[in-house]
Amino acid sequence: MKHLIDTADLSREQAELLLHQAEEMSRAVSGREVPKLPALRGRTVVNLFFEDSTRTRTSFETAAKRLSADVVNFAAKSSSVNKGESLKDTALTLQAMGADAVVVRHGAAGVPERLATWLPSSILNAGDGLRGHPTQALLDAYTLQQRLGRLDGRTVTIVGDILHSRVARSNVWLLNTLGANVRLIGPPTLMPRRIESWPAEVGYDLDAALPDSDAIMMLRVQRERMLGGFFPSEREYSLRYGLDQRRAARLPEEAPIMHPGPMNRGLEIASAVADSPRTTIVDQVTNGIWVRMAALYLLLTNGDDE
Amino acid sequence: MKKTVIKGADVLGRGRSDLLIADGRLVETGRLDIADAEVVDADGLVALPGLVDLHTHLRQPGYEESETVLSGSQAAAKGGYTAVCAMANSTPVADSPAVVEQVADLGRRAGYVDVQPIGAVSQGLEGRRLAEMGEMAQSQARVRMFSDDGKCVNDPLLMRRALEYAASVDGLIAQHAEESRLTEGSQMHEGAVSARLGMVGWPEVAETSIIARDVLLAEYLDARVHFCHVSTRRSAEIIAAAKKRGVAVTAEVCPHHLILTDHAAQGYDPVFKVNPPLRENDDVEALRSALADGTIDAVATDHAPHSAENKDCEWNAARPGMLGLETALSIAVEALGGPEDVDWNLVAERTSRTPARIAGLRAHGHDFDIGAEANLTLVDPGGRWTVYGNELSSLSTNTPYAGMELPVTVNATFLRGNATVRNGQLTEAMGEN
Repeated sequence: MKHLIDTADLSREQAELLLHQAEEMSRAVSGREVPKLPALRGRTVVNLFFEDSTRTRTSFETAAKRLSADVVNFAAKSSSVNKGESLKDTALTLQAMGADAVVVRHGAAGVPERLATWLPSSILNAGDGLRGHPTQALLDAYTLQQRLGRLDGRTVTIVGDILHSRVARSNVWLLNTLGANVRLIGPPTLMPRRIESWPAEVGYDLDAALPDSDAIMMLRVQRERMLGGFFPSEREYSLRYGLDQRRAARLPEEAPIMHPGPMNRGLEIASAVADSPRTTIVDQVTNGIWVRMAALYLLLTNGDDE
Repeated sequence: MKKTVIKGADVLGRGRSDLLIADGRLVETGRLDIADAEVVDADGLVALPGLVDLHTHLRQPGYEESETVLSGSQAAAKGGYTAVCAMANSTPVADSPAVVEQVADLGRRAGYVDVQPIGAVSQGLEGRRLAEMGEMAQSQARVRMFSDDGKCVNDPLLMRRALEYAASVDGLIAQHAEESRLTEGSQMHEGAVSARLGMVGWPEVAETSIIARDVLLAEYLDARVHFCHVSTRRSAEIIAAAKKRGVAVTAEVCPHHLILTDHAAQGYDPVFKVNPPLRENDDVEALRSALADGTIDAVATDHAPHSAENKDCEWNAARPGMLGLETALSIAVEALGGPEDVDWNLVAERTSRTPARIAGLRAHGHDFDIGAEANLTLVDPGGRWTVYGNELSSLSTNTPYAGMELPVTVNATFLRGNATVRNGQLTEAMGEN
């Protein structure tokens, strides 16, 4: 594996290796007085963020530092990009800096592929437009494995704005690769056209989907989407697709409730549900570090360099 | 008097024949031995009437770093063209006699092809008020086609007025059919691939809804309408039904819509970004059939050069469009059956005669009639060539066929009897420079 751009490119073996490595990272670091490994000493990891995302950037930064890599944060908004510099020029600058890995987030789908054509570095996709967010999907799968054991044959229901969700896209392919059944629920206006070509079931009735869901993943409603007229009102959305206590009670008892954060409390998820012990939201944040350590480690060392 | 004899070409409808050109016109055919004539050996070559492109972006004035009238004319000649219609979306927009005359004049001075300017339908392509269509028609550029291409004439009332007004100057409205509310933010064809790639889709109904509307308008007004770069099966079906009812509708298809699909977007390489977007395999098959059976009248290139900084970037930031002039004939031959089975008469119909008729270019699209201007192309039907962007004559390199081997090579192109291309190479043109 040279790059981590799209979960659809991962074989089951590669996906399982990444999850296994994440577990190894968790074991290796947890309990240490100094939670740091020397694996990437002397390597440079550049965080190239064209979109604000403190959570994801901090998670990647923490992961790289725990592997002893040098980290450069390149916040594109405050850089020469604002002065009209092209993506390619930015890439050439990173090349001149000797970046071993570039962690990139960008508002446009496909930017990681473009960087991979211009740069010799490993590219890690930290979110590109509506297309993908593979480490988020990996940390979701890791969290699900912690709660459910193996994913084979499990049904994971993803609820909300599928159309604009890179988290949903990455999860559909990864969870499917790992043997889970994926079910997508949301308003029809927020489903991509030709979604039937995806390896997932599609439905519009959340209540009907609850009883046989082994896990449920609520997606954030981006309030600016309201202007696009995708649904009539927040009230109607919440009534039809929000996870309140009544609905949560209809899930199987062991089914975890996931959310990639940040949450709109009272819209897609009720506060009482969000704060219940069934949610995995805090675990997801912690697991994000192990997964990102695993990805950086495997991409930069091919897994053979201690 | 300058005389040229083209010896032993496979001439459409006549078999192997010689062609005598004198003073820019075809004067005799048959087996000819003319002592004082320059001889062009055309053994094994097919003689076609010079190709005519209904849809070329020459980028001058305004974007001369991407293309100029000269470089675009050279690319056209290399592709076998003797006439091109230059779209109006230059800067300034070709919405006045001054701009269309400037473009026509640059074409005359370049001397490689006849450059026929297309005038804008609306002032500044803004879709609000009609451009001075009558003035452009009466100018020295003698504009007959009007188009806001790049943008759709969305307002149905403005489209009605344009269709009515164009008729008074024997003009034709060429519509870029795109209901813009349905394509807001779109980056590629809406379908399984866009859903997968996370790109906002350009739904086919954005094209078909405008085509359906404009067919009804043209029928209601008894006017002519031409559809640019038709890209979907449904569009072809609507056009076929309109023709059956006798509506005066014509349509063009671009080479890339006859060979490439939306799957090309999978690597996010913006060289494949085009408007309308590359569609699905089912559309490609339907468009090929529609071209073969005459539902679609012509192949038009939508030659859209872009500078490197507008293409060597992320997909969303890239300008839509691809080069087309030098590769169109090869792709048309491929789409119409491949070089082994191709019907050259059909190729001539779709790339020369019909587009010349649609554009009102009376000096082009002739079948080697005695006395007609000698605008013709010699093609090697067995030739093959590999496309390299930097070897093309265009100032830009955004060809989607880079590295591909294509059938059929253009051996020579003649504009009024003067070779603009000989042995596949550009000659010194006979422009007014």
